Amino acid sequence: MDIRKIKKLIELLEESGIAEIEIAEGEESVRITREIKNPITAPVQYAAAPVAAAPTPAEIAVNSQDAPSTDEAEVSGHQIKSPMVGTFYEASSPGATPFTDVGKQVKAGDTLCIIEAMKMLNQIESDKSGTVKAVLVENGQPVEFDQPLFIIE
Amino acid sequence: MLEKVVIANRGEIALRILRACRELGIKTVAIHSTVDRDLKHVKLADESVCIGPAPSTESYLNIPAIISAAEVTDATAIHPGYGFLSENDDFAERVESSGFIFIGPTAETIRKMGDKISAKQAMQEAGVPCVPGSPEPLTDDFASNSKLANQIGYPIIVKAAGGGGGRGMRIVRGDDELSKAISLTRAEAANAFNNDTLYMEKFLETPRHIEIQVLADSYGNAIFLGERDCSMQRRHQKVIEEAPAPGLSEAQRQDIGKRCTDACKHIGYRGAGTFEFLYENNEFYFIEMNTRVQVEHPVTEYISGVDIVKQQLLIASGEKLSITQENVNLKGHSIECRLNAEDSETFIPSPGKIQRFHSAGGLGVRVDSHIYSGYSVPPNYDSMIGKLITYGDNRETAIKRMRGALQEMIIDGIKTNIPLQLRLMNDPEFVKGEVDIHYLERLLESSKDK
Repeated sequence: MDIRKIKKLIELLEESGIAEIEIAEGEESVRITREIKNPITAPVQYAAAPVAAAPTPAEIAVNSQDAPSTDEAEVSGHQIKSPMVGTFYEASSPGATPFTDVGKQVKAGDTLCIIEAMKMLNQIESDKSGTVKAVLVENGQPVEFDQPLFIIE
Repeated sequence: MLEKVVIANRGEIALRILRACRELGIKTVAIHSTVDRDLKHVKLADESVCIGPAPSTESYLNIPAIISAAEVTDATAIHPGYGFLSENDDFAERVESSGFIFIGPTAETIRKMGDKISAKQAMQEAGVPCVPGSPEPLTDDFASNSKLANQIGYPIIVKAAGGGGGRGMRIVRGDDELSKAISLTRAEAANAFNNDTLYMEKFLETPRHIEIQVLADSYGNAIFLGERDCSMQRRHQKVIEEAPAPGLSEAQRQDIGKRCTDACKHIGYRGAGTFEFLYENNEFYFIEMNTRVQVEHPVTEYISGVDIVKQQLLIASGEKLSITQENVNLKGHSIECRLNAEDSETFIPSPGKIQRFHSAGGLGVRVDSHIYSGYSVPPNYDSMIGKLITYGDNRETAIKRMRGALQEMIIDGIKTNIPLQLRLMNDPEFVKGEVDIHYLERLLESSKDK
């Protein structure tokens, strides 16, 4: 499913009053949802299509504000998922150097980020060594359980 | 009015809560486990947050995860539904101290009514009849024990204070059995629970289960919305519920109802609640209070016209009860059949994919269910997949409509208890009415023997 088709679908969504559209082509499917009001809390969902390689991009949260672009166009690698519900922070405090970034090397056990839940700051460690290929969430973004945060290769 | 509510539950009740919120213009946050992403209410909610893996302890019973979800979504209140954390006073307390409204009574009330002994004390103070029993632990003095037993009236049951679940108890039918029963039970209790303290209570042979629905606001107003009869049970699980209770007179209803509302005022109750009683020989005996909305609330909604979940939300919003006892008008008859994903004969749970779902319908038929064609019932939670409720001008009509609805309902792909429910809707004793709480088990036993 190419990007032009997806763009057309997004345009269609925005022009009409439709809130959600899902298209399936063979074994691939795309679902595009328009989130009203509070977009940053829209969890990214994956419709796992039975394709040989990595999961195909299935959902893009379209909304009126700056949505974190979570388009997983064939990024392969090990996903670090959130072990809890909370708010994602890339550094130990505002203004401090982020723990990691795209391109950085990490070892298993290194702190990648902080997730704040119920006023407690939890350090999230990598369970793999490798290079950070992608940071999937933005600083200050709420995350849910199992939400992919990083891709490490 | 509450602005945003986290629905801390799943399945049919989560959908029920979502519908009430939607009607009141309240935004909804559906929290769910990883295997519950495809729940109907999750798809319908304004926002959803995955809070943990399938096991309930890590998701629906995970207090920090639930409160976290409320924080990140900037919610106003949390509705606990029934089961899970709905009667957990620790949860209620932490919700409130985290700055959210807990939709239900205060943590203190939940605590007081959750403890069976303190609940009974509170009810006695409020004038609600309880199962007669010994005020003090039993000694080994035959004379005083016999006096007590005769005061209560045989048959009595000797119970271990540290026991439970049917263990550490013995039924006694006369003075001649009394001493032996007490010494045996005491020895058993010492062995099994390391505590040989015993109490005595009246034993009810074939009671019915009748409960009273109450609503109370934060201004000291309390009303009752009639009663429900939930005597059709298997292993302490309700199978069929109905309102009103067959055979109950208006005078009895008003009397027990008033005692319950008085009790609400006495304990400072807030929200929806149910007083559960055993009923035998025209007498009510309080057993416990459920400080939450109940599974079977729809039958009361049908005969009273009151939306109980909506009332919960209004009360939690700080509204005064808009209904007075004089306004409460109970009309007609309603029956609810619980729909479970289980084999009708072996009762073995039957999770799996529902290939085809086709709902029943028509006048006086209500379906409270989250299932749909293609939905997979996960194996991790209880087997209830919905409720089928009917209403009629009288009990006979409600039963006829239920028979029709059960026949129209199609749930292909998994086994359900619909065949059992149909059988019960045609059972002569049920149709007659007033079966006791052991009836279903006796019926199932006798059919096993055939």
